[in-house]
Amino acid sequence: MATETLTLGKALNTGLRRALENDPKVVIMGEDVGKLGGVFRITDGLQKDFGDQRVIDTPLAESGIIGTAVGLAIRGFRPICEIQFDGFVYPAYDQIVSQVAKMHYRSQGKVTIPMVIRIPYGGGIGAVEHHSESPEAYFAHTAGLKVVTCANPQDAYVMIQQAIASDDPIVFLEPKRRYWEKGPVELDAPLSGAYPLHSARVVRPGADATVLAYGPMVRTCLEAATAAAEDGRELEVVDLRTLSPLDLTAVYESVRRTGRCVVVHEAPGNLGLGSEVAARITEECFYSLESPVLRVTGYDTPYPASRVEEEYLPDLDRVLDAVDRTFGW
Amino acid sequence: MAKGDPAVSSRGRRATPRSRRAAATGEPELVQLLTPTGERIESATGPDGTEYRVDFTDEEYRGLYRDLVLVRKLDAEATALQRQGELGLWASLLGQEAAQVGSGRALRSQDMAFPTYREHGVLYCRGIDPIMPLGLFRGVDQGGWDPNEFKFNMYTIVIGAQTLHATGYAMGVHMDGKTGTEDGEAVIAYFGDGATSQGDVNEAFVWASVFNAPLVFFCQNNQYAISEPLERQTRVPLYRRAGGFGFPGVRVDGNDVLASYAVTRHALDNARLGQGPSLIEAYTYRMGAHTTSDDPTRYRIASEVEAWQAKDPIARMKAFLYKQQIADDAFFAEVDEQARTEAVHLRERVLELPDPAPVSMFDHVYPHGSPELDAQRARFSAYMESFEGSVH
Repeated sequence: MATETLTLGKALNTGLRRALENDPKVVIMGEDVGKLGGVFRITDGLQKDFGDQRVIDTPLAESGIIGTAVGLAIRGFRPICEIQFDGFVYPAYDQIVSQVAKMHYRSQGKVTIPMVIRIPYGGGIGAVEHHSESPEAYFAHTAGLKVVTCANPQDAYVMIQQAIASDDPIVFLEPKRRYWEKGPVELDAPLSGAYPLHSARVVRPGADATVLAYGPMVRTCLEAATAAAEDGRELEVVDLRTLSPLDLTAVYESVRRTGRCVVVHEAPGNLGLGSEVAARITEECFYSLESPVLRVTGYDTPYPASRVEEEYLPDLDRVLDAVDRTFGW
Repeated sequence: MAKGDPAVSSRGRRATPRSRRAAATGEPELVQLLTPTGERIESATGPDGTEYRVDFTDEEYRGLYRDLVLVRKLDAEATALQRQGELGLWASLLGQEAAQVGSGRALRSQDMAFPTYREHGVLYCRGIDPIMPLGLFRGVDQGGWDPNEFKFNMYTIVIGAQTLHATGYAMGVHMDGKTGTEDGEAVIAYFGDGATSQGDVNEAFVWASVFNAPLVFFCQNNQYAISEPLERQTRVPLYRRAGGFGFPGVRVDGNDVLASYAVTRHALDNARLGQGPSLIEAYTYRMGAHTTSDDPTRYRIASEVEAWQAKDPIARMKAFLYKQQIADDAFFAEVDEQARTEAVHLRERVLELPDPAPVSMFDHVYPHGSPELDAQRARFSAYMESFEGSVH
């Protein structure tokens, strides 16, 4: 079995290439995805190999990207739309929420929109405004959409292919600050036997407290767990992977064992994913909890200027601080 | 010119709107083949020099008349059903029958249509059972039909959104290699004058143009976006906007079924041959309210409505058929009787439309379900069952 070390970005690129090879109805569309290969090079080389009818440089209008992809989907295509940055998805918000999400429902199952909307998201790259946002809650709140996010190259490679193969419209969030991080990727493993797309995964076992994260924060939490272990405290880290639907079965099992839970995300805390997760854990694990479920999140401000983003974003110390507080309750 | 210079800006306010408003709402270069009094015009020339004509048999002329009458009668029946509480809402097409029948009959069987929520006449011309959209307006479903089965997309209520869907679909036609021949496929996108202000419609214009999509943009300019008159949407005639996007535009008398047919057929055939998109502005008038929830007396005067009454699409066709002795009283009576019968039949079936089971609200959110939603459905069912046997 061929295992290669790839960056997360290259893993996505390779996954997209596989999807284009395997299904002639798969098309990629977005701004600068063709000759340039995308501003993050995630589609690098694909237009050269598959042509400009399969990898389409679109006009600069996000609603148009998603709206025309709806029509292509009705026609029988499987469009993969790239939104260049998180903060630029909002012009397409109406098409995503009012059209993409509802077509299957309104048509009583007669129309499927097998669309993947790829969005590089999150901060930590020193960008100017509108380039560091975490809009996942807007989409996870919308029935009819599914929302997933990958945290490492192996998941990136598999999950992008699973998302493309799915008949659901899927918002696929890519942790842009992790694009350049490397990891092993099994390139030949069949998709059919892969870990299910809409499943969370325990990425580090531990007995003392449960830490939940997704996307860019998974690595942060793994580093926090390493630091905690040096102090004799074992954190169980769960990568949620799927934000809608949530898969919390393993989380409930974990929290019943540890009695303590911290949820971590970059997005603002108010009405964020962490709020929903905390509510559900409280409903399911009430008698096992030794302390309230705590959230470590971005603050309820617009994303700040990049020179202070390190203070805005959850980091190892803030995660450990929250874990400490669950023990002091 | 300095921004805020009082002399300049006040002079501008006085002088320019009057002349431009006249240009936007007047009737220049209107392609017309049948006058309001029923006189046939042999041919008409569009702004780009295209000559439009139709060559119908007597039977086909009578068929168009029958379509117009049936569509109006079924629409009136739906309005009555709403008034009697049997529909939650109805968006009447009254006055726009010719634009819809003309364009609808111009479609070939392989062509695809993307309607708004008012294209009941186009739907009828596609051979679709007129009860199909009534589930949406009665509230028993949300317009649940298969667009590909009927070559007619579901109604779209968000203004202009469907023009992008039509554009994408048309790009797909092109990518499937179904253009460039006489039996190629074309796509038509319906929208109104209000929609032309939407970003989505302007994006659709850009997209269709740069991808040379086989698409006809069919704008029914019925003069009002609910209460707002055309001059709140534009200061140029709408059909001229096409030029700025790089494709042809034409304004047709939307109350003239023959001209509406001619310009649409021409535009569709150009599209299917691979010559790209075009814009048709069907100049017409919404004789009724925006929907049954609207009160047009608050924003327009009776004399305006009366002026348009004189341009009625059905009256002019009837006058033409009479004058040319293509139809007689017996024919008109027979059409009226058919319309009455179909309306009664429609009414009976609307009243029989069953309410959906409450638990069905959980159906079809996702093609392959979702464990979370399945759990919610189970809790809902158990909750509902807890009432069984109680007086509630």
